[in-house]
Amino acid sequence: MKKRRYGMVIDLDRCTGCGACSVACAAENNVPPAAPRATERTGITPLRVQPVSNGASGPARREVFIPLMCMQCGEHTPCVSVCPQQAVEVDSATGIVTQMPQRCLGCRYCMTACPYHARYFNWWDPEWPAGMEKTLNPGVATRMRGVVEKCNLCHSRLHAAEDKAAAANQREVNPADYVPACVEACPTGAILFGDLADETSAVARAARAPQAFRLLEKLGTEPKVYYRSNRPWVRALAEPRTVPAKEVQRG
Amino acid sequence: MASYAVADRRWIERGVERTSTLRFALWLVPWALLLALGVYAAGLCLRFGLNQTNMDNRFPFGLWIFLDLSIIALGAGAFFTGFLVYILKFKELKAVLNTAVVVGFICYSGAVGILMIDVGQPLRAWFTFWHPNTHSMLTEVTFCITCYLVVLLFEYIPVLLRNRQLRRVPSFLIFEHRLHLLVPVLAAVGTLLSFFHQGSLGGLYGVLRGRPFAFREGIAIWPSTFFLFILSAIAAGPSFLLLITSLVEKVTGRKLVEFSVLCRLGRISGLLTAVYVAAKAVDTLAWLNRTSPSLGFAPWEFYSYKPFGTWLMLAEIVLFGLVPAVLLLHPKTASRRGWLISAALLVCGGILLNRFILTVQTLALPTLAFDEFVSYLPSWQEVASFGAVVAYGVIVYSLSYRYLPLFPQEKREGYRVSGR
Repeated sequence: MKKRRYGMVIDLDRCTGCGACSVACAAENNVPPAAPRATERTGITPLRVQPVSNGASGPARREVFIPLMCMQCGEHTPCVSVCPQQAVEVDSATGIVTQMPQRCLGCRYCMTACPYHARYFNWWDPEWPAGMEKTLNPGVATRMRGVVEKCNLCHSRLHAAEDKAAAANQREVNPADYVPACVEACPTGAILFGDLADETSAVARAARAPQAFRLLEKLGTEPKVYYRSNRPWVRALAEPRTVPAKEVQRG
Repeated sequence: MASYAVADRRWIERGVERTSTLRFALWLVPWALLLALGVYAAGLCLRFGLNQTNMDNRFPFGLWIFLDLSIIALGAGAFFTGFLVYILKFKELKAVLNTAVVVGFICYSGAVGILMIDVGQPLRAWFTFWHPNTHSMLTEVTFCITCYLVVLLFEYIPVLLRNRQLRRVPSFLIFEHRLHLLVPVLAAVGTLLSFFHQGSLGGLYGVLRGRPFAFREGIAIWPSTFFLFILSAIAAGPSFLLLITSLVEKVTGRKLVEFSVLCRLGRISGLLTAVYVAAKAVDTLAWLNRTSPSLGFAPWEFYSYKPFGTWLMLAEIVLFGLVPAVLLLHPKTASRRGWLISAALLVCGGILLNRFILTVQTLALPTLAFDEFVSYLPSWQEVASFGAVVAYGVIVYSLSYRYLPLFPQEKREGYRVSGR
């Protein structure tokens, strides 16, 4: 089986900030409703949509919505090397950074290491209101209190696609069978997903476009999540503080 | 009460003077209360989870990690004194060796205790030994600290068995003698383990490529913080020992060691602090001019978030580094108790500041262009849990001081330094 490098290109000029991707992610991955005392900084949002403005006011003000999730770093993966008990690894077959909550100690060193703040700690016991447990996805294990989790590109969907391919006696996964929930849910088709190692794929071509960029690329972590925008001030968000702090504001 | 006092007296070393049983009990009461409050707070964290703390996804490490790193550095006096006495043959420091072992044991056991609350799944702690990631600095820290705590325990047991009543048990006496023969070996093993875990604690942050404020280049797999942490710990360890000994002398009103021993600790600390400050200055320059820009971060930007300005960097290197190094090395100031203690306080304060900068400032700073500078204030449960470690330390040290021969020179000197 050929080696794959699953990744995505998110068109920020198409993103309306509707949050459908975030909701689909939570539903697919059995993310529990937020605990009563949870805050923006203690909730579980493996995919969050970050509004950012150019800092101007009046007619000159511009906004962009940036969907943020695990960037699936391919080199010097910050979270993998720090985990003391190998609960995080880069799957060499797919390039997906996987997390094993069953082995996680909850030391949170990986969260400290991640420059994208894409890892979330389960500060509370997961609880679903009566009846809501029926909405749980049987293909995804729930996570207990005290462990870290993150986006794994809907790994359960990959497993299902691989099972389907195996049942059909095929070695390769049909790209149409493996689509993460956020990609599927986006109403504007802003998220392009696929195998970056396949030079002919739409996602690989989009990643090579001059408007494409990755966040904090100079760190050398080779993220597999790309963004694209025709707006230079948006592309400038890739670098830390290349736009002065006052001119970029969270929405 | 009188019978209790008589029984208590039998456990105290002959030829030394200790406060009355009642006064000692009264001294322990507030610490016991603090310990009880801390145990309750820790219980809340274990029962209900880390939502009892004010840590969050942006500030996943907080007060506990900062203080763990600090007390492990301050506890370095234990292994370093053992190294100086048994390997480098600084015989004069035998006067503080037992107290160094007790302080080290308290620091390390306290740190391990807090770490067990600080993880989300304490019952999985053994996973690190079963599925170790050999690339992780935390794996190395876990292995070395666990092993070194066992070494410290074996160093503490002979001190414990030298108690006046315990040494009357023949088997204890034999066991103590056998262990005592092993002490030089334990000192060597402890030194090796300590060098590695002190370094790896520095490496914990130095390897964080995703946190360019903390990330450092280095030699082979070790970032420069690995070596800086070793240096700073062995520089601060003797100073902390000096402070503890002086504090115990002050509280008890007794002279416990010759002043020359304190001066020697001061000189060692001063020399190592000077080397540390030089290395730290070179490291800071390399980071400012090379490491941080190569990762795309303008280093001065990190200091634009108040209150963490450049004053903090200067305070760390000059006020808490260069100044105490000069004070401890200059013959005039190094031979005066006041200056000696002030300089030792600055050295230990510098360690706390360094660990604070690395643990707290690193996490507060933004990495993405649209990140915010985040703040964090520990919850009462976090503060109280750590208070329990302090109370535990005071209680264990007080009991050790009262019932064990911590200061061999005390009997010989045996006079009061004040009118108490």
